Amino acid sequence: MSNGRKKLVEVKNLKMHFPILGGLLRRQVGAVKAVDGVSFDIYEGETLGIVGESGCGKSTCGRAVLRLYDITEGSVTIDGRDISHLSQAQLRKLRPMMQMVFQDPQACLNPRMTVASIIAEPLEEHGKLTGKERLERVYELMDAVGLNRNFANRYPHAFSGGQRQRIGIARALALNPKFIVCDEPIAALDVSIQAQVVNLLEELQERFGLTYMFISHDLSMVKHIADRVAVMYLGKVVELAPRDALYQSPLHPYTEALLSAVPEPDPWLEEKVERIILTGDVPSPSNPPEGCNFCTRCPKVMEICHRIDPAFQEVAPGRFVACHLHDATRHNITTSAGSTGATTRSEHIQQGENA
Amino acid sequence: MPDGAVPVLDVKNLKTVFHTRAGDIHAVNSVSFSLKPGELLGVVGESGSGKSVTMMSLLGLLPSPPAEVREGEVMLAGRDLLKATPEGLRRVRGREVGFVFQDPMTSLNPVFTVGFQIIEPLRKHMGMDRKRARARATELLELVGIPDAERRLKDFPHQFSGGMRQRVMIAIALACDPKVLIADEPTTALDVTIQAQIIELVKELRQRLGMAIIWITHDLGVIAGIADRVMVMYGGQVVEHGPVREIFADPAHPYTRALLRTVPKLREPREDKLRVIEGQPPMLGAHPAACPFRARCDHAFDRCHRQNPPRRDIGKNHDTACFWDHRTGQPV
Repeated sequence: MSNGRKKLVEVKNLKMHFPILGGLLRRQVGAVKAVDGVSFDIYEGETLGIVGESGCGKSTCGRAVLRLYDITEGSVTIDGRDISHLSQAQLRKLRPMMQMVFQDPQACLNPRMTVASIIAEPLEEHGKLTGKERLERVYELMDAVGLNRNFANRYPHAFSGGQRQRIGIARALALNPKFIVCDEPIAALDVSIQAQVVNLLEELQERFGLTYMFISHDLSMVKHIADRVAVMYLGKVVELAPRDALYQSPLHPYTEALLSAVPEPDPWLEEKVERIILTGDVPSPSNPPEGCNFCTRCPKVMEICHRIDPAFQEVAPGRFVACHLHDATRHNITTSAGSTGATTRSEHIQQGENA
Repeated sequence: MPDGAVPVLDVKNLKTVFHTRAGDIHAVNSVSFSLKPGELLGVVGESGSGKSVTMMSLLGLLPSPPAEVREGEVMLAGRDLLKATPEGLRRVRGREVGFVFQDPMTSLNPVFTVGFQIIEPLRKHMGMDRKRARARATELLELVGIPDAERRLKDFPHQFSGGMRQRVMIAIALACDPKVLIADEPTTALDVTIQAQIIELVKELRQRLGMAIIWITHDLGVIAGIADRVMVMYGGQVVEHGPVREIFADPAHPYTRALLRTVPKLREPREDKLRVIEGQPPMLGAHPAACPFRARCDHAFDRCHRQNPPRRDIGKNHDTACFWDHRTGQPV
């Protein structure tokens, strides 16, 4: 990653709480803290991988970044524009710039529309093309994602899972977006098809200079596609680092355990893997534990973890972690930088790419 | 594995066809395999490769019509299951063969307590009285690592997390000390950290109880860690079968070779570009008179389009169904 690259997406202290209603009057009795204060930047042309287990809030985070929800707190700035409090009408004008590819290619395509009309729909909504130009553009997009033009008048059911995902990608590309949130785009596909779609996404990124937020639970795939990786646990980013650093020397005990749990398709390596088996399950996001969210399962838990929620701090250039084990390291950095507190933190986030 | 041991399960030439309005679907096409006592056989394949349908055919779990188990022999402890009466099959299921399905939420009955569902097979198959069955159920839940087992018997499935529910499923499958445990994608619906827990549990149970296991999965990583032997399926057929290390070190079938190359590894240096298998998985409609992999195969030649390759031995306990010799790079 080159120095001083432009930040395309800035997320600060993003919170997305869903109310739990209860009682006769349907009053709010609690909240599911699906995303609970996450901050990260995405630089132009890079892929930020978001990994975590189900229920950690990674999908909600992706949707909240695109303002598919009304966010509870925090700010999202895309391409210099703060979209955190824009109305839906205002957002609509910005939608061409930011698009989404969904997990289930079966569910996200209208079964009663032909492929051509699915891909043309965003063009009709946002563009001023004539019918003929539109069809030309649809063909162009179908070529770009490797679909046969002759199938433009077929319906989604006539396509396999991988091809459907290509239709979804073509639709997302229709308006020349800058930023695409890919929410588990390969999770529903067969192993032999996953690589096809990942390679396609990479090719398109190079060709059109796209920026991706790639949400996945597949740590091996994220290692392949992402430049930097954020690990989420129970609504929070626990670690954010450049890809190689994160996979070679994870700092947060959760990242460590998560990586160690991934089975390796190689019997010899597999034999040598030292697994950290976490006990228990992820706590409920409506009732997270006091202190660090991970303290109930952490193999390196300390007394302080049950009391104080660790801050998300930069402990080495470009490496952020929220863990008390690294408190001392952080302290050194902040004191050597000569300042403390929020300003330092945002400065460091800006430099997050330099590692 | 003891080499000369008598197999607990011996499947020969199994064929299952689905009759649909659009014609017959050949979901399982001449599948043969055997399972020795205490062995773990991994079955790998993508969706539609016939791996689940094969196992369901063995136990008569497929609805007929549309399914028809057309041919074959399934020998379990000296009896042919395909010739068994429905009543006979019912005694085999649960008692001699345990089944763990992919999704623990849909395979547990939501309106009965977990305790009831573990006790049911114990009373039916083992003829235990209520008290003994209850004690055994507690024991089983402890065996699969569920804390506070006695109290949890009174809980309903929704009160358990995904990982815990899968442990309950395993407890039910193990209730009557089966000789064979069939686990169909048991960890696919689970998160990796929970998957690691379940795999550890199965490894430990295997050592303690010594049953034979068939583990169906699409995840080559899981197979690499637990299987003794691997059977690779594609298009309703077994395309390669052999000891786990040989399959990974010296894969013979072009599909196995391509599949192993396409999966990125977490603990090895990253490659610039993922290697892909071009094309789409086959439709199983047409009668299989040609190799199912021919359209996606780098080495296909005219014979592959005319004939379906039979399995041929290429090493000790290692065979493949391919006309192409991976060692010489020439047709055989």
